[in-house]
Amino acid sequence: MDRDPHVCVMGEDVGHYGGSYKVTKGLADKFGDLRVLDTPICENAFTGMGIGAAMTGLRPVIEGMNMGFLLLAFNQISNNCGMLHYTSGGQFTIPVVIRGPGGVGRQLGAEHSQRLESYFQSIPGIQMVACSTPYNAKGLMKAAIRSENPVILFEHVLLYNLKEKIPDEEYICNLEEAEMVRPGEHITILTYSRMRHHVMQAAKTLVNKGYDPEVIDIRSLKPFDLYTIGNSVKKTHRVLIVEECMRTGGIGASLTAAINENFHDYLDAPVMCLSSQDVPTPYAGTLEEWTVVQPAQIVTAVEQLCQ
Amino acid sequence: MALSRLSSRSTTLLQPLATTSLLRRRRHISTDTTPITVETSLPFTSHLISPPSRAVETSSQELLSFFRDMALMRRMEIAADSLYKAKLIRGFCHLYDGQEAVAIGMEAAITKRDAIITSYRDHCTFLGRGGGLFEAFSELMGRTTGCSKGKGGSMHFYKKDASFYGGHGIVGAQAPLGCGLAFAQKYSKEEAVTFTLYGDGAANQGQLFEALNIAALWDLPAVLVCENNHYGMGTAEWRSAKSPAYFKRGDYVPGLKVDGMDALAVKQACKFAKEHALKNGPIGSNHHAFAFVFEQILEMDTYRYHGHSMSDPGSTYRTRDEISGVRQVRDPIDRVRKLIISHDIATEKELKDMEKEVRKEVDAAVAQAKESPIPEPSELFSNIYVKGFGAESFGADRKELRATFP
Repeated sequence: MDRDPHVCVMGEDVGHYGGSYKVTKGLADKFGDLRVLDTPICENAFTGMGIGAAMTGLRPVIEGMNMGFLLLAFNQISNNCGMLHYTSGGQFTIPVVIRGPGGVGRQLGAEHSQRLESYFQSIPGIQMVACSTPYNAKGLMKAAIRSENPVILFEHVLLYNLKEKIPDEEYICNLEEAEMVRPGEHITILTYSRMRHHVMQAAKTLVNKGYDPEVIDIRSLKPFDLYTIGNSVKKTHRVLIVEECMRTGGIGASLTAAINENFHDYLDAPVMCLSSQDVPTPYAGTLEEWTVVQPAQIVTAVEQLCQ
Repeated sequence: MALSRLSSRSTTLLQPLATTSLLRRRRHISTDTTPITVETSLPFTSHLISPPSRAVETSSQELLSFFRDMALMRRMEIAADSLYKAKLIRGFCHLYDGQEAVAIGMEAAITKRDAIITSYRDHCTFLGRGGGLFEAFSELMGRTTGCSKGKGGSMHFYKKDASFYGGHGIVGAQAPLGCGLAFAQKYSKEEAVTFTLYGDGAANQGQLFEALNIAALWDLPAVLVCENNHYGMGTAEWRSAKSPAYFKRGDYVPGLKVDGMDALAVKQACKFAKEHALKNGPIGSNHHAFAFVFEQILEMDTYRYHGHSMSDPGSTYRTRDEISGVRQVRDPIDRVRKLIISHDIATEKELKDMEKEVRKEVDAAVAQAKESPIPEPSELFSNIYVKGFGAESFGADRKELRATFP
């Protein structure tokens, strides 16, 4: 926001309150109420407003207080955000960033534990990225703001408290590139967002058991970084996808299809996909735990695949 | 304005037809800008604000340009009707004939720096903003020479350099976009206004109320214009709205009800609304006071002769007598024609000649558009993303340079 006066933020309680997860803390004091705009509760209207402003050249960062609330703005995101560049024959670009926390939290209930990446993935014209560490959160956010394309940045409710030492200087992460978290030889584990941390936990156990998993944080949910993924598949010949989306129609489902289509000859075993159950996220703690993929399940799956 | 471009083209068309005396006379009257004052046919009804005066200042030049431009719009829509029936225009085609006065009157009151955004009934608004007939017909027929390269179609006309932001298929979705345009105008401190047009059907959408609220809350220079043609596709307004007084729907937002078939009344109302939206508040430090709202709702009482779209005959939910009644009594072009004749600005014959000219122009544009190429297959994939970011990127190991964006 210092660098470019066209960048502004809008969302519910982003200004004076500092953001429901403190992401925008301090910005309103520094940049004022117009550049850090507290909106009323009208997702459709303020998302549309951000898109309209972007048509004229502003670069809004639109926050959904919880990703799930953006379902109310689906029409604006799909029809206007994604498609205006195309239907206007290239006259308008929509350089918005739509961001917010999603994913399963700590007993937040079904409606506040949604994973919208599966619903948005078919919209043409948008890019989707998911951050998972403080380092890539900063890099991806900067890249998303600078991009001329609309980018949806998926954050996770439970990852805001992660602490990491990151460089002070400006750096950006490539929006379309996956991150090699742990190189390995036996199996490719593809994951993103919070599940990366579950995978890394499982990796410790796996290493002790003598396995050498290659862990890739795909980061770019649309488009997939098939180059990095492909190189890995060609090396290990086994793929496990670990995601937080639902089984049906999730990112894992699309990724499975893409890998089978492109790298079928390199696979020694069918692609395995561990996803959340196709259920509304229950409130009860133990039930919620079993809705998402746990490290123990990842270990079992790897053992199964590597037989 | 559209007139100067059109008249330069028309003089070449005129050569074989006109006599020198006619040419001389037209040149004289069409540049006459002495003010003429005309009273609007109906008074304005207002909500929370004192209405503007019924006396509108205009000139011979303006009246003639109104006539010509509206005749052009009317002709274009009729030509689109035939093209649709000939299956050269496909999909949805929503025609604006009958409502021309709204587009024309609005243009007369504003500049190209003010933004307009409207719904799918956008062909004439596009023309009013300076769009060309050839681009319009090419787009309708899906050719590369169209204003959206043939990829948008009837519902997606845009003209960025004239601040025309479309052209939207989903009912009411343009209202929040319009607030965004107004927000950007306020953010960049431009002395410009956004006119957000929507219909009586869209007035019942939740996003309209959201838009009303945020525009009033943040003092956005937005004017919401409800083009009330009394039918939301097949449903009459009394069957879909508990309160069809759309100009009052804003509650705390001032509103004005305007005879949308009278181009001069539309011009007066839009001028009034623009001035109101740009004012910095009546009492300096108090401009956030509840009483003063920059925003305004203009309800244009208008009528469409065609059905909702080409697949709708338009007569199953309204009688043919009603349609022909409106055409006889309230037609916007006839109204201006009578004004021109009564003020001795031109004769009946000259106006008829103008209409013939317009017809030729439209026919020529259609013929030219018919010859235009269809898009290349590669166009399917262009303009989905904008390429290039102008920055370097780092890989996961944080040291190695993976790619440089151009």
